[in-house]
Amino acid sequence: MATLARLQARSTFLAQQYYFRNSVVDIFRKKEYDAAVKIQSWFRGCRVRAYLRHLHRVATVIQKCWRGYLGRQQYQLIVKLAFCSMKMNLYNAMAVRIQKQWRGYRIRKYCFNYFYYKEYLRAVSETNDAIREALEEFAEMKEREDKKADLERKEKKKGYEARKMHYLLSTKQIPGIYNSPFRKDPDPWELRLQKAKPLISQRPKVKKISVSVSNWPAYASPQVLPQPKILPPIDRKPCQGPFRDITEVLEQRYKPLEPTLRVAEPINELQAAREELRKQECMRNIHDDMFLPFSSYNKNKKYIPLMHSSSKYGPDSYGSQHFRDENPTKWLCNKLEAN
Amino acid sequence: MSQRQVLQVFEQYQKARTQFVQMVAELATRPQNIETLQNAGVMSLLRPLLLDVVPTIQQTAALALGRLANYNDDLAEAVVKGDILPQLVYSLAEQNRFYKKAAAFVLQAVGKHSPQLAQAIVDCGALDTLVICLEDFDPGVKEAAASALGFIARHNAELSQAVVDAGAVPLLVLCIQEPEIALKRIAASALSDISKHSPELAQTVVDAGAIAHLAQMILNPDSKLKRQILSALSQIAKHSVDLAEMVVEAEIFPVVLTCLKDKDEYVKKNASTLIREIAKHTPELSQLVVNAGGVAAVTDCIGSCKGNIRLPGIMMLGYVAAHSENLAMAVIISKGVPQLSLCLAEEPEDHIKAAAAWALGQIGRHTPEHARAVAVTNTLPVLLSLYLSAESSEDLQIKSKKAIKSILQKCTYLPALEPFLYDAPPNILKHVVGQFSKVLFPWIFRNTSAESGQLPTTY
Repeated sequence: MATLARLQARSTFLAQQYYFRNSVVDIFRKKEYDAAVKIQSWFRGCRVRAYLRHLHRVATVIQKCWRGYLGRQQYQLIVKLAFCSMKMNLYNAMAVRIQKQWRGYRIRKYCFNYFYYKEYLRAVSETNDAIREALEEFAEMKEREDKKADLERKEKKKGYEARKMHYLLSTKQIPGIYNSPFRKDPDPWELRLQKAKPLISQRPKVKKISVSVSNWPAYASPQVLPQPKILPPIDRKPCQGPFRDITEVLEQRYKPLEPTLRVAEPINELQAAREELRKQECMRNIHDDMFLPFSSYNKNKKYIPLMHSSSKYGPDSYGSQHFRDENPTKWLCNKLEAN
Repeated sequence: MSQRQVLQVFEQYQKARTQFVQMVAELATRPQNIETLQNAGVMSLLRPLLLDVVPTIQQTAALALGRLANYNDDLAEAVVKGDILPQLVYSLAEQNRFYKKAAAFVLQAVGKHSPQLAQAIVDCGALDTLVICLEDFDPGVKEAAASALGFIARHNAELSQAVVDAGAVPLLVLCIQEPEIALKRIAASALSDISKHSPELAQTVVDAGAIAHLAQMILNPDSKLKRQILSALSQIAKHSVDLAEMVVEAEIFPVVLTCLKDKDEYVKKNASTLIREIAKHTPELSQLVVNAGGVAAVTDCIGSCKGNIRLPGIMMLGYVAAHSENLAMAVIISKGVPQLSLCLAEEPEDHIKAAAAWALGQIGRHTPEHARAVAVTNTLPVLLSLYLSAESSEDLQIKSKKAIKSILQKCTYLPALEPFLYDAPPNILKHVVGQFSKVLFPWIFRNTSAESGQLPTTY
C-alpha cells in the first residue's frame, strides 16, 4: 500500500514529468510525425495516383474498345443504308426507264397511235373523195337522163304536131309555108312534114284519168267514175262428185231448137211478105211520091165537127174517147143524210 | 194521169238533186266560193243527201262534204257537230268503192285540223272501218284510208296509239309494197306520222318489218316518195340507239348519200335529217357514217342548198364532231370548217347561224390543232361580232359565246388571237390573255414528271 500512496503522491509529479517530457518530445515527435505523415501521404498519394493512372488507362482502353465497337456498328448501319439507297436508286432508275418505254409504247399503240391516226385520216379523205366523185357522176348521169327524156318528149311532141299539120306540106305546084321560094333551103319543119305520116283523126279517146285522192276535181261528173269491167273467166277445175259427163250436159244444154209446125214460120210472116212486096215496088219505082189526082179540092176541105160533141175549147172527149161517167162520185158529197 | 208523168216528176227531182250536188262539189274546189256556200247553209242541205237512194248522189255529196271540211276547221267542226260521222262510218263498211273513197276523204279532211276533231273521229269508231278499208282491193280506197289514218296519227301520241291499237301498222306495211306510187307515198307518210311520237310506237312499226321495205324503196326514182321514206326512217331512228342501229343494218349507206344529190330540196333535207338522227346517238354510229364518206357528202349538200334545208346538215356535222377528237379531225379534213364558216357568214336566219356557231364550237374545242383549224378560217371575229351585236337573238348570243370560249381555251394560233386583244369584252379578254401567256411563257405551266406524276404536256 505504500507504494500506492507513493505512487499516488508521485502521480501528479509523474503526470507533470510525464507531461513535461512528452511535451518536449512531443514537439519533436510531432515534427517527425508530421514529416513521416507527409512522406507517407506523398507516397500514398503517389501510389494512389499511380493506381488511378492505371485505372484511367484501363478505363480508357475499355471505353476505347467499346466506342470502337459502337462506332463500327453505326458505321455498318450507315453502310447498309447507303448500299440500300444506292440499290434502290438504281432500281428506280431502271424501273423508270422500263416504265418510260412501256408508257410510250402503250400510248402510241393503244391510246393515240399517231401513224394509225394519220392512216385513218388519209383513208377517210380518200373515201370522201371517192364518194364525192361517185356522187358527181351520179348527178351528171341523172342530169343526162333528164335531158334525154326532155329531148325525147320534145321530139315526140314535134312529131305529133308534124303529123297533125301534114296538110301544110308543099306540093309540086304550090310551095308550102315552110318552103318559101325566097329561101335558099327549106325550113327544117318542111323536112319533118315530109317524113311524117298523115294523122287520121280518130274518135276522141276517153282520156284515162288517174285515180288518186289528189285528183278529186275529176270526180265532178258521175260518168267519169270508172265503170266495173267484165272480168275474164276463171279456169275451172274439174268438179268433184257424181256429176254427169260434161259433153252430155253441154249437148243437152245447147240442143238446137226444133220448133213445132205452128212456130216453124215467123208469126209476122204476112207482114214480112207485105214489106217485101213494098220494098220490091220501091225498087222498081222511079220516085216514091204518090201519084196525086189533078184536083185536090176534096183534100183541102176542113172538117167541121158536130156541135154536139165540141165545146168552146175544142172537141169534147165524151162521145169519142169515153162514154161512161169518169168520176161518178164527183157529184156526191161526204155529208151523211141528215136524219 | 199516166204513170209516165208521175215518174217524170221523180226523174226531175233526181236530176235536180244530182245537179245540185255536182255543182256544190265543183264550187267547193275554189276557196272563194266556200264562204258563200257556208253562209247559204250547205252543210244542212248536204247531210240528207248522204242518205240518198241514188249511189252517185251519195258519193258526190260525200265528196262535196270532204272538200268543204278540207278548207277550214269551222266547217270540219260543223261536220262533226251535225252527227254526220256515225252515218259515214256505218256506210263505209257496206258501200261500194267510190263511196268508200269519198267517205275516207271526208274523215281525212275532218281529222287533219286539230287533235279534238281527230279524237271525235276516233270516238265514233271510225278507226276499225278505216283499217278494214285498208284491206280493200281498190288502191284508191286504200290510199284514202291510209291518208285519213296518217292525218289522225299526226297530232299526238295518244291518237297514234289508238291507230296502232286498231291494227293499222301491218296493213300499212303491206300497202307500202303495192305497185301504185301514190299509195306507197301515203303509206310511208302515215308510218312516219305514227312513229314520230315515242320509242314504243317506233318499235311497233319496226316490229311489223317496215324498215326492210322502206330501205328497198330508197332507190325509187320518184322524189315525193323518197321524201316520205326518208322522213319515216329518220322518225324511227331518232328515238334510241337500238332503233338507229336497226335502220343502219338495213344497209342504207351509201345509197342514202345519193339522195343527198337529188334535185328536190326536201329530199336533200330529209336525207340529211336521217343521217343526223343516226349520227347523234353514239360515237360508233358517227364512226360508221364517217367511214362511209357521209361527212363529205353532207358538206357538199350544205354547199348546194340555202336556208332551212341546210339546217339538218349543219347539225349533223356538229353532232359528229362532238363525240370525239378523231371524228372532229375527220370533219376538218373533209373541208367542213370553211363550209360552216360560210354558212355562219351568209345565212340571214338566226337559228341557222346559232346551229353553225354551235357546230364550230364542237369542232374546235378538242385540241390546239382543232382550234387552229377553226381559227385559220377567220371565223372567230365573226363569232365575236355575233355575240356582241344587239340584234342577235338570245340563243345565238349564248351559243356564239360558248363557241368562242371553248375554242379560245385551246387556241394557240396567235395571229387569230391578236384582233381579240383590241375589241373583246373583258370576260373573253381574260381567256385570250391566258392563251397568250401559255404560248409565250410555257415554263410557267410546265411541270416535271416526278412532281406531277404525269408526262408533261408540250405545245
